[in-house]
Amino acid sequence: MHPAPSIILFTTLSGLGFGMLAFLGLDPVPPMGWSAFAFLFVAYSLAVSGLLASTFHLGHPERALKAFTQWRSSWLSREAWVSLLALSAMAPYGIGLVFLDQAWRVPGVAGGVLSVATVFATSMIYLQMRTVPRWNHWSPPALFLGFALAGGALMTGRVSVALWALPLLGVVQVAAWIDQERREKATETDLATATGLGHVGRVRAFESPHTGESYLTREMVFQVARRHALALKVASVLLFTVIPVVLLLLPFTHFLVVPAAASHLLGALIQRWLFFAEARHVVAQYYGRWDMTGMRRG
Amino acid sequence: MTSLPSHTERSLGLVIDLDTCVGCHACVTACKGWNTENYGAPLADADAYGPNPVGSFLNRIHSYEIQPATGPAQVVHFPKSCLHCADAPCVTVCPTGASYKRAEDGIVLVNESDCIGCGLCAWACPYGAREMDPEEQVMKKCTLCVDRIYNENLPEEDRQPACVRTCPAGARHFGDLSDPESDVSRLVAERGGIELMPEQGTAPVNRYLPPRPKDEVPELDVLAPFLEPVAEDSKGFVGWLDRTLSTLP
Repeated sequence: MHPAPSIILFTTLSGLGFGMLAFLGLDPVPPMGWSAFAFLFVAYSLAVSGLLASTFHLGHPERALKAFTQWRSSWLSREAWVSLLALSAMAPYGIGLVFLDQAWRVPGVAGGVLSVATVFATSMIYLQMRTVPRWNHWSPPALFLGFALAGGALMTGRVSVALWALPLLGVVQVAAWIDQERREKATETDLATATGLGHVGRVRAFESPHTGESYLTREMVFQVARRHALALKVASVLLFTVIPVVLLLLPFTHFLVVPAAASHLLGALIQRWLFFAEARHVVAQYYGRWDMTGMRRG
Repeated sequence: MTSLPSHTERSLGLVIDLDTCVGCHACVTACKGWNTENYGAPLADADAYGPNPVGSFLNRIHSYEIQPATGPAQVVHFPKSCLHCADAPCVTVCPTGASYKRAEDGIVLVNESDCIGCGLCAWACPYGAREMDPEEQVMKKCTLCVDRIYNENLPEEDRQPACVRTCPAGARHFGDLSDPESDVSRLVAERGGIELMPEQGTAPVNRYLPPRPKDEVPELDVLAPFLEPVAEDSKGFVGWLDRTLSTLP
């Protein structure tokens, strides 16, 4: 799949923002006053800028409000609703924390739960794609929620939580990479089922319908050199798990949380780029390019 | 509404005969022509005369080589457009309700004024039947020429999809696949019509007729089996010539 920068930024930034909001909302002893303002400002900026980034890839962003209509059937529409509800619930809670020295439990818990639900809804957009075997799998919810919560713990300064959440996230990510590979190999779709002609003989793509590229090949038949995949995976795990954990284990100062968070964010962006670039869409079968897509070609 | 109808009164669709398709791309041109000039945004081309032309098409022709266990390989031309699936995944993912499947005839359509151009429906389609228009930035797909098939301003013979009307080989057929007595359903039953990627669970309406088995090449000379085999020990002039030529290095 084409790794569009707008979607990579959206899923990474808003995931982190909603992860922070989840911790702030569910915290029984939340920060108050200026400290609450600083955390809420960062969390809201990340969540809202992520949502805004997601509109950049729309052909018609001016019609975006229509995306609230189909919550009965569409995960994208549900995501729009729960994100709006989460931000709305956290607003009065935040006002209470910052200005009134009050921690109202009802909007706080509701906002926290809805923030987690937002990240879950985002992940379900990917999980529901039967056309992309790597995503049609437990891994999108596990990874999206894992990154949101581990990143949220780190960014809200919950060092003790982050110290076990980040290594756990690394383990989940490695397991996901291995099992996604298995899921992709297990897919029944090949050129024989795509053409329905497997009973005649061995089918091979002879000629493409078009000499150049098309929307389909650019969007869903993404090709990139495979030799970088492993290096990028190692770099990503180092950045989002290992380096932040090492920084947090050093004699703690507030200053070290900033480079730890920066490292985590960079690792998360690489991870999200791989999430798209490695994913293969079954339409590549029609083009005889299944084996060449998703970082397959050396 | 992007929930799928539980039942459609009819299931209009195409039956494509892979045995007779000659791969001329006339249906592609007819489709682009009709759908550029009629319903919805025109099917744009970008950089049409430049080094990297791209454009939106609702119908594209692939070609495949099939190598049977014995005998020579054969080439099959393979037109592909929206299959108007009964369980269309492109419809349910749509956040705005722009994508819908009609309960009366099963046609899957896009209401372009509601489309935000998010592209999620194109991801959900395993067949590559949806393309974002490079100019209009809305999702384009086969309408089964909904503006022809019910159009009483057209002569009756023209009230079928442009691709079907134009096909010079008669490889494309249009009709109601939910009616077992329709011409298309009988054709599917007779020729063993196939559905594409059944494992994706989309329940496509369109069917493809596989190429018929090739005729066996007949023995050209019926008397040949009765002739004497070629003599191994030739005599006379031919024998001398054979021996002389065999001695040459």
